[in-house]
Amino acid sequence: MFEGYIADKFYDEMFSPDGKVREHCEALDRKFQQLGNKEFLSRKATSELYFMRQGITFNVYHDNRGSERIFPFDPVPRVIPAGEWEHLEAGLTQRILALNLFLHDVYHDQNILTDEVIPRHYIENAKHFRKEFRGVDVPKDIYIHICGSDLIRGGDGTYYVLEDNGRCPSGASYLLENRNALKRAFPSLFDSVGVRPVDSYPRDLLNMLHHISPRREGEPVCVLLTPGCYNSAYFEHCYLARKMGIEIVEGRDLVVIDRFVYMRTTKGLVRVDVIYRRIDDDFIDPVVFRKDSVLGVPGLMNAYKAGNVALANAVGTGVADDKVIYYFVPRMIEYYLGQKPILPNVPTYLASEEADFKYIMAHLPELVVKAANESGGYGMLMGPQASSDEIEKFRELIKADPRNYIAQPVVSLSQSPTWCDGAMEGRHLDLRPYIIYGEDVKIVPGGLTRVALTKGSLIVNSSQGGGSKDTWVLK
Amino acid sequence: MLSRVANTLYWMVRYVERADNLARLIDVNEQVLLDFESLDSERLRGFWKPIILSTGDEERFHELYDDVGSYQVIHFLTNDTRNPNSIVSCIGFARENARTVRDQLSDDLWEELNGLYLFTKSEESTYLLESNPPRYYERVRRAAMTFLGISASTTARDGRWDFMSLGRHLERADKTTRFLDISTYFPKGAEGLERASPGVLHWSAILSSCGAMGAFRATRQEITGRTVMTFLLFSPDFPRSVRYCIDQVDAALHRISGTSRGTYSNESERECGMMLAKLNFGKPEDVLEEGLHFFLDEIQSKLNKIAGEIFETYVLMPERIVTKLPVVPFLSTNQPAQEQEQ
Repeated sequence: MFEGYIADKFYDEMFSPDGKVREHCEALDRKFQQLGNKEFLSRKATSELYFMRQGITFNVYHDNRGSERIFPFDPVPRVIPAGEWEHLEAGLTQRILALNLFLHDVYHDQNILTDEVIPRHYIENAKHFRKEFRGVDVPKDIYIHICGSDLIRGGDGTYYVLEDNGRCPSGASYLLENRNALKRAFPSLFDSVGVRPVDSYPRDLLNMLHHISPRREGEPVCVLLTPGCYNSAYFEHCYLARKMGIEIVEGRDLVVIDRFVYMRTTKGLVRVDVIYRRIDDDFIDPVVFRKDSVLGVPGLMNAYKAGNVALANAVGTGVADDKVIYYFVPRMIEYYLGQKPILPNVPTYLASEEADFKYIMAHLPELVVKAANESGGYGMLMGPQASSDEIEKFRELIKADPRNYIAQPVVSLSQSPTWCDGAMEGRHLDLRPYIIYGEDVKIVPGGLTRVALTKGSLIVNSSQGGGSKDTWVLK
Repeated sequence: MLSRVANTLYWMVRYVERADNLARLIDVNEQVLLDFESLDSERLRGFWKPIILSTGDEERFHELYDDVGSYQVIHFLTNDTRNPNSIVSCIGFARENARTVRDQLSDDLWEELNGLYLFTKSEESTYLLESNPPRYYERVRRAAMTFLGISASTTARDGRWDFMSLGRHLERADKTTRFLDISTYFPKGAEGLERASPGVLHWSAILSSCGAMGAFRATRQEITGRTVMTFLLFSPDFPRSVRYCIDQVDAALHRISGTSRGTYSNESERECGMMLAKLNFGKPEDVLEEGLHFFLDEIQSKLNKIAGEIFETYVLMPERIVTKLPVVPFLSTNQPAQEQEQ
């Protein structure tokens, strides 16, 4: 199946540069060889039918037909050996602990600013820093309960953290369903390989929600708050609510009375203790944030500030997602934990620092430029692929608002064999593990591997033609 | 259960039931027509017109079509998405409702409905509808029946089931009255309630449209206007008779509120109880005296009223339930010892 596959000049997850199968992929390679092309294709079709019938789709915005598409799934799994995973787990745990200490600090005493580890103006000018919440205590002092850090690998296979996603990271349902689809369509692949299961995720998530409940006695009532069925991640919201056995609610299902939150049921109003919210801060309460939001719950922030309801994730975590603040995460780790960072950041230049600014201006065509608060592959310049017009456009944008831009060298992302129109070809990928911070830190083995299906592309987002793979962590 | 979820489950089931009934109606009438290949276009019109009239969508039909022929009526009722009550529209709405409460449904139930939806959107279905319409309607009906079977065997008997039951039985009762009402518009020479022929053909078609032919035959009665009307309105045990459906609605309403049958704690229960009494104790003679069309019309508007009150009580204003209304006692003479589950 992998005849003629070329590992190219990139780091390949399955093959070493001499064309040999990496040791931890040998069993997988053998099983694929046993299948053969024809059987492979028929089973690939089985897996696609599974996704379609299960309705595992995402909505495409700006499409009048309101069409749903399946998230393309590639059956060749990405395999992570046990030792490598231990390293990632340790690094991610360290990182989420530091990020939480940072958020508690900036919303309380701001020691890290007083000690000038991070220049104060960066926080004060951060778009998602919620001044209104300074001094507000959150349950158990946890801010980022679910983190979806994006990891990429450089040419030598080193893992880097690309961004942290501490607001409403999505994709965990695909992680779970990719495993289900692969198990159904290719059961033989799993025989005696020793793949760690991922199905504990919903339980871990629910345990975390219970942990942060403000209710002193009795079973807490947890709900998942969704923007509604037109949201691109609606499938996931339903999926997770169902797996956890909690209600999925829209803003209009909730009502705040005397700073307590209730949901409207056929038996009257029922008090809600914990909200796993999949709505951004901006839309969550029209009284405090965007007045035009019809998705949120008027008065929710009052109930939250009064400590009568817990939110996961907390309000105001977006400040840690700011790509300028990202630059300082390794310093946070040293400042709060007194440790060396286990997982490095991608080298980053801040346009608002004079020396970095000069470097960026001189090297734009080689760099990736990102707006500090965009996600989903938007607001980006890929220097090497950009036209000179685009480069000049970004030059002006950066000059006009240097605080809002960072630049990074192009990391050429590792690749993995992926089935593309009749043959296995190398395609670039990243990895998004899901870190849950409740009573302790839990990371489901692996994560969501996203793959850029367009040849040569380094952008893996589903909105930009990305697909995904099952991710195996070996025992 | 969330009020919104209750409302959505109710509509999901209602739309599936509507699609199922329409599919049977069209299929049956196409079959009947096959016996009369010689019908000229004027008489064909006479055949289809009552069907459009009975659906209550005649205004929309005439906005969209100039002629009342087989092709137009079938297209209008089957796959014209400009008609919100066409089979394809209903399945689309049912599926959209299901999607918003996906977390409440079993995987099998969702897959069945989603599969039916994908079928109605497929080229296969377009081809089938042209080349082999009976197969098309069979696909729809089979899927709707499977949907019902899966929901019966995978839904916990809690509020979810009760609201689904409300949707199903209100829609069924409504459709049975509408199919019966087709007789109001029978072409000349077939309108007599008592006459055996040529009305037999039309009355048989009505029975079959309600899926009632087998059950009716088992009663060993002759097919006349009066016997069919009596069966479809008053049968205590046929699952599509209006009486049976209203009995189920009444039972579900009382399971939801927790009050005993024969009493009421809200307007929907009161309205439903009144209608049930009328059907439990009414006689075919009363109907004939009032006039069948008038009688059916009144039932239809009461059904709408019940549905509206359910929405008001459980969806629009759940806050009210917090302050429990006192239950109005009433001594029931018709309290079945055991609730029936269909």
